[in-house]
Amino acid sequence: MDLISNLNTGFGVALSLQNLAFALGGVFIGTLIGVLPGLGPVPAIAMLLPSIYTLDPTAALIMLAGVYYGAQYGGSTTAILINLPGESSSVVTAIDGYQMARQGRAGPALAVAGLGSFFAGCVGTLVLAAFAPALAGIAFAFGPAEYAALMLVGIIGAVVLASGSVLKAIGMVLLGLLLGMINTDALSGVERFTFDIPELNDGLGFVAVAMGLFGFGEIIGNLNLPAQSREVFTREVKNLWPSKDDFRQAMPAVLRGTALGAVLGVLPGGGAILASFAAYALEKRVSSTPERFGKGAIQGVAGPESANNAAAQTSFIPMLTLGIPPNPVMALMIGAMVVMGITPGPKVMTENPQLFWGLIASMWIGNLMLIILNLPFIGIWVRLLTVPYRFLFPAIVCFCVIGLYTLSNNNFDIYLAGVFAAIGFAFIKLRCEAGPLLLGMVLGPMLEENLRRTLLVARGDWSVIITRPISGTLVVLAALMLVAALLPSVRQRRDRAFGG
Amino acid sequence: MRIKSQVDFWSAIVFTVVGLAFAMGATNYGMGTSARPGPGYFPIILGVLLAVVGLFVLFGSLGQEPLEDERIVSPVWRPLLVVVGSVFVAGFLLPRVGMLITLPVVIVLTALASSEFRWREALSLALVLTAGSWLVFVFGLKLRIPVMPTVF
Repeated sequence: MDLISNLNTGFGVALSLQNLAFALGGVFIGTLIGVLPGLGPVPAIAMLLPSIYTLDPTAALIMLAGVYYGAQYGGSTTAILINLPGESSSVVTAIDGYQMARQGRAGPALAVAGLGSFFAGCVGTLVLAAFAPALAGIAFAFGPAEYAALMLVGIIGAVVLASGSVLKAIGMVLLGLLLGMINTDALSGVERFTFDIPELNDGLGFVAVAMGLFGFGEIIGNLNLPAQSREVFTREVKNLWPSKDDFRQAMPAVLRGTALGAVLGVLPGGGAILASFAAYALEKRVSSTPERFGKGAIQGVAGPESANNAAAQTSFIPMLTLGIPPNPVMALMIGAMVVMGITPGPKVMTENPQLFWGLIASMWIGNLMLIILNLPFIGIWVRLLTVPYRFLFPAIVCFCVIGLYTLSNNNFDIYLAGVFAAIGFAFIKLRCEAGPLLLGMVLGPMLEENLRRTLLVARGDWSVIITRPISGTLVVLAALMLVAALLPSVRQRRDRAFGG
Repeated sequence: MRIKSQVDFWSAIVFTVVGLAFAMGATNYGMGTSARPGPGYFPIILGVLLAVVGLFVLFGSLGQEPLEDERIVSPVWRPLLVVVGSVFVAGFLLPRVGMLITLPVVIVLTALASSEFRWREALSLALVLTAGSWLVFVFGLKLRIPVMPTVF
């Protein structure tokens, strides 16, 4: 079978000493940033990017992927122990996980979250390995019209899944697309919006913008919040192993969460968050004792945690096969691939099979490492929770500055990040989410190029995007998603899911 | 008509102004035609779309009763000014005097953003982070960063 021989190649690559070390490094850093409050995967990966550009691309991507799914694990630890989700997809885990911790059952909650995530991660990786080749096969038939339509789906997905007002999210995506137009036009060579600054000829530095908005901007935002007193359930984490009863209750929830997450993760725009919310709702619905939810129901931890981890794995599918980022983290990974000379898209699998299958196999190994890293050593991670923020943010600024300078050995990117720090804080104040903007910025030049090619071939006839079967289907899908999100009834439920 | 949601109102102003600015700036680059779209074609369309979205948000933000939790709370200025300021200081100093001087300055400066600032803590943090950064980035990863001031 193809799948088995492919996975064989993959494990051959992933099990090399160097790649094992990078996978371990990745999941370690991922857990660390998931546990440390106020530091998410986007600034962390942005900080790492400059240091890994010199590495072999396979090792670099293995490490970045490890950071991403490692952060999902670490995020649940803080959600359970201090009711502070380290990651947006752990928001629902906090509901029942923290209650379990208050009842002295932090150990079983952490164990179920970890084991559920491990199971889901393995299944998600298998789904990725099984379906990615098929999808890449379809993608070879794609012309510019199909790619443009696909990006439209991605953009609308980001809008629909952003929290807060749909209209404002559309505005942020458009703003991002416009920022993506600051460059030298690929087709005519005209410099656009560069104000004669040579550094802008290649476009706004994506990493600098990401660090400014998510790294520095959020530091300013966090320092604006009043200091909270946190109750940390450190000493209670003794009895780790869940009881037989816990297992019996959690098992079906893990299975349902995994299935849900694997499907929703493929959706563009942040499947992991959606998956965890949907899994929580599902568990509550199928439970015979829904009144226990919110009061420490173990299913409320098992379901969402499995779902977000399965989704984290399957969200690699659109990135690896189509070159389209479903979320800002994947956008950063695409940026990294481009810098290292790999064109993201369906060709990655045929031209770099070592990288493709090595990355997939490494995810399975990485998930195993995470379980080992997290459960026995939970005490060490818990101690990190107590690091005060006033030590943390100068360190973040310090590493970001070094990273920004080494991007191109030029201080322009540092200044650029400084400007976007202020802009990022303004967005926090205006309650505009920066995620869609970042996605728009990455997709902007790609979308423009494909649309212009489409129009050139069709002699200015916009309708080809709708009349070609695949692109037409995708456009309809995007339109349906948008209409659904704007419908009042869906909007209310969506607002409730995001907590108002 | 009064402003119902300050947050949405000012977002709308930003969207509209930025959208129009991009659209107008793009007219210099040549719109082209739909059959041969020029470099200004998409920026103009996107800019106008953004302005239109801005107007929709604007209408939504108006109403009779001002909503209390949609008000823009005046920011605490200290973190904003200090963090943005130290990033710019870092950008200015790093290529000129190298990281062994820049980093401690920037770390202490950044730490000032917190109201819980203490000299002793900030200085030891600066020491540890600078040494650690040198070990990891210069010694370990061998990144090309100016370390010491360049002597003429």
